[in-house]
Amino acid sequence: MEDRRHDWRNGGFGLYIHWPFCAAKCPYCDFNSHVVSQIDESRWLRAYLSEIDRLGAETQGRILNTVFFGGGTPSLMSPDLVDAILTRVRATWPMANDPEITLEANPTSVEAGRFRGYRDAGVNRLSMGAQALNDEDLRRLGRLHSVAEARAAFDIARTAFSRVSFDLIYARQHQTLDQWRRELTEALSMAVDHLSLYQLTIEDGTAFGARAATGGLLGLPQDDLSADMYAVTQELTEAAGMPGYEISNHAAPGSESRHNLVYWRYGDYAGIGPGAHGRLTLNGRRLATDTPRAPGAWLSQVEETGNGEAPRHEIALEEQADEYLMMCIRLAEGLDMDRYASLSGKSLSSDAITGLEQIGMVRRDGSRLIATAEGRMVLNAVIRELMGA
Amino acid sequence: MTELDRIRNFSIVAHIDHGKSTLADRLIQLTGTVAERDMKAQMLDAMDIERERGITIKANSVRIEYPAKDGNTYILNLIDTPGHVDFAYEVSRSMRAVEGSLLVVDASQGVEAQTLANVYQAIDADHEIVPVLNKIDLPAAEPDRVKEQIEDVIGIDAQDAIPISAKSGMGIPDVLEAIVHRLPAPKGDRDAPLKAMLVDSWYDAYLGVVVLIRVMDGVIRKNDTIRMVKTKATYKLDKLAVLKPQMVDIGELGPGEIGVFTASIKQVRDTRVGDTITHERQQCAAALPGFKPAQPVVFCGLFPVDSAEFDALRDAIEKLALNDASFSYEMETSAALGFGFRCGFLGLLHLEVVRDRLEREYDIDLITTAPSVVYHLHMRDGETRELHNPADMPDLTLVDHIEEPRIKATIMVPDEYLGEVLKLCQDRRGLQLDLTYAGSRAMVVYDLPLNEVVFDFYDRLKSVTKGYASFDYQITGYREDYLVKMQVLVNDEPVDALSLMVHRDRAEMRGRAMCEKLKELIPRHMFKIPIQAAIGGRVIARETIAALRKDVTAKCYGGDVTRKKKLLEKQKAGKKKMRQFGKVEIPQQAFINALKMDG
Ligand SMILES: Nc1nc2c(ncn2[C@@H]2O[C@H](COP(=O)(O)OP(=O)(O)OP(=O)(O)O)[C@@H](O)[C@H]2O)c(=O)[nH]1
Ligand SMILES: C[S@@+](CC[C@H](N)C(=O)[O-])C[C@H]1O[C@@H](n2cnc3c(N)ncnc32)[C@H](O)[C@@H]1O
Ligand code: SF4
Ligand SMILES: [Mg+2]
Repeated sequence: MEDRRHDWRNGGFGLYIHWPFCAAKCPYCDFNSHVVSQIDESRWLRAYLSEIDRLGAETQGRILNTVFFGGGTPSLMSPDLVDAILTRVRATWPMANDPEITLEANPTSVEAGRFRGYRDAGVNRLSMGAQALNDEDLRRLGRLHSVAEARAAFDIARTAFSRVSFDLIYARQHQTLDQWRRELTEALSMAVDHLSLYQLTIEDGTAFGARAATGGLLGLPQDDLSADMYAVTQELTEAAGMPGYEISNHAAPGSESRHNLVYWRYGDYAGIGPGAHGRLTLNGRRLATDTPRAPGAWLSQVEETGNGEAPRHEIALEEQADEYLMMCIRLAEGLDMDRYASLSGKSLSSDAITGLEQIGMVRRDGSRLIATAEGRMVLNAVIRELMGA
Repeated sequence: MTELDRIRNFSIVAHIDHGKSTLADRLIQLTGTVAERDMKAQMLDAMDIERERGITIKANSVRIEYPAKDGNTYILNLIDTPGHVDFAYEVSRSMRAVEGSLLVVDASQGVEAQTLANVYQAIDADHEIVPVLNKIDLPAAEPDRVKEQIEDVIGIDAQDAIPISAKSGMGIPDVLEAIVHRLPAPKGDRDAPLKAMLVDSWYDAYLGVVVLIRVMDGVIRKNDTIRMVKTKATYKLDKLAVLKPQMVDIGELGPGEIGVFTASIKQVRDTRVGDTITHERQQCAAALPGFKPAQPVVFCGLFPVDSAEFDALRDAIEKLALNDASFSYEMETSAALGFGFRCGFLGLLHLEVVRDRLEREYDIDLITTAPSVVYHLHMRDGETRELHNPADMPDLTLVDHIEEPRIKATIMVPDEYLGEVLKLCQDRRGLQLDLTYAGSRAMVVYDLPLNEVVFDFYDRLKSVTKGYASFDYQITGYREDYLVKMQVLVNDEPVDALSLMVHRDRAEMRGRAMCEKLKELIPRHMFKIPIQAAIGGRVIARETIAALRKDVTAKCYGGDVTRKKKLLEKQKAGKKKMRQFGKVEIPQQAFINALKMDG
């Protein structure tokens, strides 16, 4: 068997830039996002540039395939800030011929006004947080925009960018299967080539989490309804030519988010900004990088020490195998069992695989192991079984 | 050596939580037995588990010096006893060592089931009884009504009952005076050969086995060579002491005195509670009658969740047994659970206490199987066998008939809950023996099968009476009934650790309840799991656990892999509390919780 440990090379190389601010905190959201009254963009710019320089020196000569501005709400950044960052990025790494440069945007009118500026700065893909296509649900989700605003923003985005995606959150309070079917059909009629469709997750440490814990937040779908909703989602997106290529992501073939594929294929990515994680292979060692989550803490650490990271740690091979498994089995293309075996030093348990095959949760295709439609709905259980947990 | 008429020995008895240990604190405190700075609440409850649960499990004795109003100083030996019915044995043997009892009654609660049980024991032991009305600081206290109740229900004179608050210390001097003046002095002959009663023994990590004795006749001295009449063992004493409550060495103990000795005895099991202790050289003529040893009445299997911990479990059980002779164990193998132990206990609380200690003091996760009583199997060939474990039930064709233990249960309850209590007792195959009233409280006496009571009867009783009922029982004997073994099949495989003996008429209902409970307790798997209850080959109840339909993380990006890994670690740790049966994982708690009935 050939040694497949170094396949991170084939996964590509991406850069993630985290912008940790939002206009308001959504009650469901546990991303590293904060609301502040004043942001000194020039300080932030200096910090980002300094981090780009530092990581650039370590990864000199690596060809950069993707850049992703995530948040928080990166569409609160001024186009000038984005432009200055991307200028430094281009000066630091040789860029792939056709780099994918994505920015996450909230669809309010203010932000839509900046879309063209982002395009001029080099952003070529916009990912918009529409979240719902009815106003009442948008209010429940604590969103600051209406459906009309989102549609208007979306229209601007389509003229400005060739690649546009939007996010919806479903399995919301009191949502019926039929309502979701209609909403998704509408979304598909608007969609360009990519959609992220997330089932609402109640996260600890959020306002929704607290309400759910005290018995509030009624009308959330139980297992069976959420399973049906998931199944309908797969069916409709497939029929519309945008099948699920990952648990919650759908695209026309060839329009997948290449940046996110780097994560799922367990490639290398550098992370810059508060709370940004990275996976970097340096001198044959695979490292996990991490930074302080609090924006102020990260900023002053960069300013004072010239390095925004927490101490790095090397990821042992078996741990890499586990991470690879957990990420890659999410993809419709499945995972490569040979790569898993070269990483972990042993093959996946064939008993576990056979057991899962018998109950229709996975299938094998050559050296690939693929979760079936049923398997994807209970993927956590499949992963536990495969990892012998 | 103290003159007999300057000694008073007594036990403090009461229903659970009526304040025995708190009263003991005040007596210890007021007499200056323990320095003020060393006092703590319920100081005789020294075991962790006693302090945590706020209950007394082991009887404890203390020697107190009390300068009475008559100008004389008296030696008082008090024994604080447990209130819970599982430990009733501790009470009865304590009473054999003393001449009187302080009967504590919570003046806000009144007479409860163990109040009665204890009084009868005290009367049996020929005790002088001094009633004490405690907790009169509480607004709900009704000392006059409770006095009346004591006279009505128990039939002893309560006019001189002493009102106290063990919490505030009010009335304690009166209690001390009453002990001196109302309780009798012990009797005994100092010149007769040594005759002492072995009241209790326990294991001390530094001293080895410590033996608590009450001297009846004669004198015991340090360095004496003594003989235990029943076990016929002889020992040379290393240490002779009294408990204050720490050990304080003493040169000799004469008639009426209570103290402890050590004598290089290895195991608590080498001593027999109730045995007579005499001198090797000059033996006493007649031995004391002794007591019946405490018999375990509830049995269950204890298995390590992680089968690799079997050896650790064996060590832990052996160590615990060193100090608790009322608990029995033998190795058991289960098809489902592997190697473990079949253990016998005095009751369910005793079982819980032992299990808790094993889990906490020895850090072993345990699976506890269905508690069972001891059945008598009368075989076709005339042989009689004891059945401690339903899994060992022989082929039915070999069995002529089965007998089960019955109890006499006494329940005291405010009359508004009487209907619920009668229904519960009827549902549990009870036969009513008596029903009387004292004011608005009813006293119900039932003949019940122990197997219907052992497990959750007390919990159910508390819940249907909002905690207002009290309960006490004694085993009365064995009776034949139509008993069958019920098996439980999970995913078509029998799980022996879940099988139990039930009355045929109750089998369908128990089977349904168990299948329903297991359906809640076993997490959904990726496939559907049938759960069946069966008698012989016949299925009498079934449920199906639907397959897990949805369990997937919606968002998983660059930073999330670390989080997800942590979650998996947590699940892996959680899984350590599960046991694998074929393809199905059953949580550790399911084995015991499956038996809890809601009705
Ligand atoms: N208000 C009040 N509470 C009291 C009094 N005496 C005891 N208590 C409380 O009653 C509870 C039970 O007291 P214990 O002394 O542990 O009772 P016990 O009879 O030894 O209990 P067991 O040994 O478990 O049978 C504790 O919370 C005490 O603080 C009293 O005079 N007044
Ligand atoms: C970084 S967030 C959003 C970016 C942008 N600030 C926005 O709100 O549009 C990425 C996406 O995750 C999804 N998301 C966030 N929290 C979620 C939750 N608790 N359950 C499901 N989806 C969630 C939302 O669809 C959101 O658009
Ligand atoms: S969902 Fe988007 S806008 Fe809302 S708090 Fe999270 S990151 Fe900010
Ligand atoms: Mg007590």
